Amino acid sequence: MASLIAGGVDCDLHPAVPHLTSLLPYLNDYWRDQVTTRGMVDLVSQSYPQNSPITTRPDWRPESGKPGESLEDMQRHVLDPFQFTHAICNPLYGVQMVFSEDLQAAFCRALNDWLAKEWLDRDPRLRGSIVIPTQSIDKAVAEIERCAPDRRFVQVLMLVMGDTPLGKRALWPIYEAAERLGLPIGIHAGSAYHNPPTSVGWGSYHIEDYVGQAQAFQTQLTSLIVEGVFAKYPRLKMVMLESGVSWISPYLWRLHKFWRGVRMETPWVDRAPLEIVRSNIRFSLQPFDAPPDQATLIRLFDHMQSDELVLFSTDYPHWQFDGQDALPEGLTPDLVRKIMIDNPHATYPRLT
Amino acid sequence: MNIQFRESTEAASPLTVKTAIADCDIHPARATRTELYPYLAKRWQHHLEVYGVHAYQGMMEGPPYPKAQPNASRRDAYPPEGGPQGSSLSFMQKQLLDPNNVQLGVLNPLNTGQGIRNHELSAALCSAVNDWQIDKWTSKDKRLKASIVVGNEDGLSAAAEIRERAGDRNFVQVLLLSRNVEPLGQRRYWPIYQAAEEAGLPVGVHAFGFGGNPITPSGWPSYYIEEMVGHSQCQQSALASLVLEGVFERFPKLKMVMIEAGFGWAPSLAWRLDKVWRRLRSEVPHVKRPPSEYIREQVWWTTQPMEDPERREDLFDVINWIGWDRLLFATDYPHWDYDEPSRVLPAGVSEANREAFYLGNAKKLYGIS
Repeated sequence: MASLIAGGVDCDLHPAVPHLTSLLPYLNDYWRDQVTTRGMVDLVSQSYPQNSPITTRPDWRPESGKPGESLEDMQRHVLDPFQFTHAICNPLYGVQMVFSEDLQAAFCRALNDWLAKEWLDRDPRLRGSIVIPTQSIDKAVAEIERCAPDRRFVQVLMLVMGDTPLGKRALWPIYEAAERLGLPIGIHAGSAYHNPPTSVGWGSYHIEDYVGQAQAFQTQLTSLIVEGVFAKYPRLKMVMLESGVSWISPYLWRLHKFWRGVRMETPWVDRAPLEIVRSNIRFSLQPFDAPPDQATLIRLFDHMQSDELVLFSTDYPHWQFDGQDALPEGLTPDLVRKIMIDNPHATYPRLT
Repeated sequence: MNIQFRESTEAASPLTVKTAIADCDIHPARATRTELYPYLAKRWQHHLEVYGVHAYQGMMEGPPYPKAQPNASRRDAYPPEGGPQGSSLSFMQKQLLDPNNVQLGVLNPLNTGQGIRNHELSAALCSAVNDWQIDKWTSKDKRLKASIVVGNEDGLSAAAEIRERAGDRNFVQVLLLSRNVEPLGQRRYWPIYQAAEEAGLPVGVHAFGFGGNPITPSGWPSYYIEEMVGHSQCQQSALASLVLEGVFERFPKLKMVMIEAGFGWAPSLAWRLDKVWRRLRSEVPHVKRPPSEYIREQVWWTTQPMEDPERREDLFDVINWIGWDRLLFATDYPHWDYDEPSRVLPAGVSEANREAFYLGNAKKLYGIS
């Protein structure tokens, strides 16, 4: 195994909201009453069923409660042994599934306040992502602006499968705010389930949804690039979280070929897609989706023609690797340093 | 790619002997709107005139995303006698088959009866297209072989169409499209796979189609390029569904061909499937082996549109991971993103691999001596 080094940044961890009632202290009287009067249930997304093997490593599974709900467990399982300086918390609580923009905005606000108080306040290594109510662009921007003065919030978090492709112009005020405030946009695996979870319809299985995340990321990259998001916001960084990485190069070869063929359709795309990805898009390491042989790994990283694309992540508490083997076999010490330290700091300006 | 300033293929000397190739994705078109009517019952002719085809999309005709060129086809491919690109056998012979020494050309008709909400009409149109392929194409040029198009959403009538054509050597495969009402592994499509396996015919899954689902899992995008690139994501999800529903386990002699959706993504998808299957296999106990094994044994890939790395030799890594014995050369004639046979492979390929890529794999798969 490649050797981990101290002082790294974990760019994708998932603290769990124990239950919807955990957010009640962060809701106003009206919404607290709505939750209790209407008997609203816990917002658990079927992206990560609590007992699914992928939702947590067997040795990280708590005796009771949700995987990832205990700070002490997170410290003991990853923060201490991996010797991180920073770890970025991306809550995957199912607020994106809510259709009402008012209810969603109240839940996002509560979730962000909960994260600050119950996690960021309790461990100085932790950083957070701002979860936004995308049913309303105005409310999403307002939530970004409300949270941004707290410099421990280092990015804005969205799901890879929502109501519309992420490049759509209606969403651009979110990107304008993020760029202005020095916040990358993190795009995480998962769906609001407002559309079928594959582009050929609803599959039968949880495993199918999970495999399909990679295809969802591919379609979103196409949308973000060809709509011109990075021509309009050239300083904006986007991070694909829990996306997989082995598909990146072949996907870009295809996009690049078609862009050369039909670029007259999107004349505002002022640089080749390959260049845009190299300057503006990053990918988290786990789940690392290549076979465990060094020769293949070397070819895959060589195909990327850049050592700046990948950011270290454990994807805690999801089960992506065993023991301390978060880094795939065969990375050079230079690349390990780039992935664990340099690339995250270059991506997240608020990590200080 | 359709490069407008390319030398005209008509100028190529007929005396130049090129290496024989198979072209595993040729799109024959109808010269007139009513060209299928001789093969359709009066009832359906009347139905089409009054109601049209009623597809899983909004527009009565034409694609939801305007193509880059008329009919998504090369501007130099209009037949001299008129009609759309790909509608004339004599011009196809002159422009594609003769100059490129095509020994085997597999016809994949699009705009047939597939992706139509009225399933009876769908079956009637598909059957008509199958008759038309024989009359207009394969009976007139022995290099051409047809694909059995089937009403994709009604597995039983589709299977009946396959059984009716089984044994007819005009046909070398069954043709489906990647985008259907449900992912292709779903049970409603199994009668198609069963009939194809029984008939000893590969099932080709061509990119495109309509099943009413947005072409991203996050809704409808804006541009044609998103649809074009998106076909490879559709194909990936369709193939994942086939593996995870156990289609390859249930039909072990079934062969499938992924057509016009690229192949660069294949190794990554197989690795991802294997990794996740190791974690979640208790959910899919009917998938008995690592997914990559089914893919390696039962799936073939047509080449066009070849992924185009900046360093072209990077493609060799991908082909080595897939296997040189699994690629089938295709031009996609007459579409605009046509791959030119003489230019697709970088230098440095062994003679055996080159022969397999251009001809041998296709002849073996399709049973052509």
